[in-house]
Amino acid sequence: MMSNPILDTFFEETEELLESLAEGLAAMQSGNHEAEILNSVFRAVHSIKGGAGAFKMTELVGFAHHFETVLDAVRSNALDLNPAIMHTLTRSADFLSNLVEAARSGASISQDVTAGFLAALQQCFGEKQIESVDAWDNFEFAAITLDLNAPPEASIGGDASNAFTITFRPHAALYANGHEPALLIAALADLGAVTTRFAPDSLADWEDFDPTEPRLCWLIDLQSDESETQVQEVFEFVQSICDLTITPVSPHQPADSKVAPDTRTLTGAAPILVTEPIGQPIQPTAKAEAKADDAAGNKGPKATLRVDLERVDRLINTVGELIINQAMIAQRFADMTETTDDDLVIHIENYRLLARDIQEGVMAIRAQPVKSLFQRMSRIVREAADATGKSAELITIGEGTEVDKTVVERLADPLTHMVRNSVDHGLESPEARRAAGKPETGVIRLSASHRSGSVFITVKDDGAGLNRPKILDIAKKKGLIAQDADLSDSEIDGLLFLPGFSTAETVSNLSGRGVGLDVVRNSVAALGGRVSIASIPGQGTEFTITLPLTLAVMDGMVVTVAGDTLVVPITSIIETIRPQPGDLHRIGTDDMLLSIRGRMIPVVDVARSLGFVSKSDKSVAPLLLLVESETLGECALVVDAVQDQRQVVIKSLESNFGTVQGVSAATVLGDGRIALILDPEAIAANRMGSQVPNANFTPIHGRSAHATF
Amino acid sequence: MTLKVLAIDDSRTIRELLRVAMEGAGFAYSSACDGVEGVARFSEVVPDVVITDINMPNMDGYGVIEAIRGGDLESKVPILVLTTESGDKLKARARAAGATGWIVKPFDDAALISVVRRVTGAA
Repeated sequence: MMSNPILDTFFEETEELLESLAEGLAAMQSGNHEAEILNSVFRAVHSIKGGAGAFKMTELVGFAHHFETVLDAVRSNALDLNPAIMHTLTRSADFLSNLVEAARSGASISQDVTAGFLAALQQCFGEKQIESVDAWDNFEFAAITLDLNAPPEASIGGDASNAFTITFRPHAALYANGHEPALLIAALADLGAVTTRFAPDSLADWEDFDPTEPRLCWLIDLQSDESETQVQEVFEFVQSICDLTITPVSPHQPADSKVAPDTRTLTGAAPILVTEPIGQPIQPTAKAEAKADDAAGNKGPKATLRVDLERVDRLINTVGELIINQAMIAQRFADMTETTDDDLVIHIENYRLLARDIQEGVMAIRAQPVKSLFQRMSRIVREAADATGKSAELITIGEGTEVDKTVVERLADPLTHMVRNSVDHGLESPEARRAAGKPETGVIRLSASHRSGSVFITVKDDGAGLNRPKILDIAKKKGLIAQDADLSDSEIDGLLFLPGFSTAETVSNLSGRGVGLDVVRNSVAALGGRVSIASIPGQGTEFTITLPLTLAVMDGMVVTVAGDTLVVPITSIIETIRPQPGDLHRIGTDDMLLSIRGRMIPVVDVARSLGFVSKSDKSVAPLLLLVESETLGECALVVDAVQDQRQVVIKSLESNFGTVQGVSAATVLGDGRIALILDPEAIAANRMGSQVPNANFTPIHGRSAHATF
Repeated sequence: MTLKVLAIDDSRTIRELLRVAMEGAGFAYSSACDGVEGVARFSEVVPDVVITDINMPNMDGYGVIEAIRGGDLESKVPILVLTTESGDKLKARARAAGATGWIVKPFDDAALISVVRRVTGAA
């Protein structure tokens, strides 16, 4: 079953349904009780149940069923939607997604837990028993016994064969519902030998004959090995739209042998048509004259197209080639200084604009609103608040902000951690909040926005703010900084991101888990982004994640290093510096420090770092790029010259070649040359690697922390 | 002649399950994801049997049955209702609306096919 593509479809669809469930419940929570919202919430659970049933996920089906029952009662106003029930509904939705996850991963969920949630659902009905909502009880098909006015079932010792006489008189509704008596009789013939005839009154007098009224009544003898239940099942769909009696008789004994005027025998699977009743609407020729468009109207859901992600990525790749090609042509053209063909200039410029448009369009395909991601966070806030005994509310802003699909996916973990962190560490207890004159319910504000080619995602709480003395204390105790280190506020805030900072002492069982903010920072850095902190005592703390808009293209500075062309991501460059003699200080034989505006910053020789030259022979660096590294603060990269600044298409080295220390990817330049894209983070870390992690290191976090909101 | 089946269900999973079952049985399969689309497709496909869900956005299953049985279509084509409950009330309601029969979810393919054959007489 694991490789069942329909199962994949099920999980995929269920994911969407859970999202719309969460969305609907959130709307309900904020006071929107429109019927369509309740319906969509109900349908989501209902559809999950339906799909899960197909794969025999009994636990999931069972729970969804009870959940649905409560929702149905709310929908039909049998239950008032009070806060307690609302709470149960949101918790149930969370648990439902746990069950789905368990079904996906094959994990099992303890019966007790399930029972607890079921009890909570049941409690919604209070004392009131829920007879009114049918569906609690019979989930399996149960045959309905007919009142037969008949002798008890003939029991024939030793002989398995049964016999029945059946009278069958269809009502008009039977024909109207698309039934065909001949098919029913054929179905009976599948059970055994069938003899049919019409009851004597089947034909009316000519004068009384009404062609629109059903007249026919069949008398059927059936010799079969099957039970009466089987026989009744044939008529399952037509009960109450026909007169039907099924009477067991002793087999081998022709029942009712008095009249047999119009007898036909149907045996086995030979469904010979019985005389067609006159004027009966049998198989209709569905003349569909109504124009489809009229019926369809315009209010259907927005048309979407599901496309294999691989195809999109292939397209993106090709467009990347197009951009490179465009750059090459432009370059070649620029080299031809003689050219004065104005038309060509315009065409080439148009080509550039079109290529850019195509690129943006293609990138938009991969873009997804952060909405789904944000919605998941409301659950995290709920759980974190429950676990810590706090009261918290999530406000989301900018849900429609679109970000690359991969970013949305990979941001889930770090964001979860940060949100949990905000509830756990950021918000105070209700008592403390009351004492501080704040409302008991803390507010976590999650926002997303686009600004100057970057995506900003912030997690902001209205808690007590960072406890800087305590952070400083912990960092000293853990030996992360020197005992006598004198740090600015923003430097102290930056300590939170140091590996090894977040453990035991500060941590409750919730955000602890051995995962610190350093992991958050690393995951964000892996996406080409960075995290910063701002905090005001008594007012709260704000974390900001800054991410590039796309992972496929970036702005880079093209530089020359030891005769080779390299690209440095613009986002990590703070400034370029042409050092004056005396700004550089040699340390030992190989290392240098740059003194700038009263600070000392480590200098990294890129050429040596990448192995282009074995030994730094320069006593003076011609040009320095001041870059910001997440782990080490600022450092200065030595390069020979800056060539250009341009958009480059990122080509993965890892998938085409292998991981290279200090290099994040490669790109193709306008002139067709391949250039490596530097990873300043790795270059810096590599350089510092031998001498970093000890008590004397004072991290410098000048830019990564703001002191104000 | 190939039997044409039109399935109307808002669940992609169910539509896929039905497709596999119906195509496996050699029937021609079309589907729609809500009632409105279903009724529109009905006119295009002219199916021999309709299988419809009840709980759907943009017109539920009862609406579908009414639209097919009444209005301009006035069709007597067999309509099977997909339902997760086998409650008598639901059946009665479906029948009153004009459904030919019902299929209780979860269905197994064999049962489903046999029901379709039963109401259409397809071989």
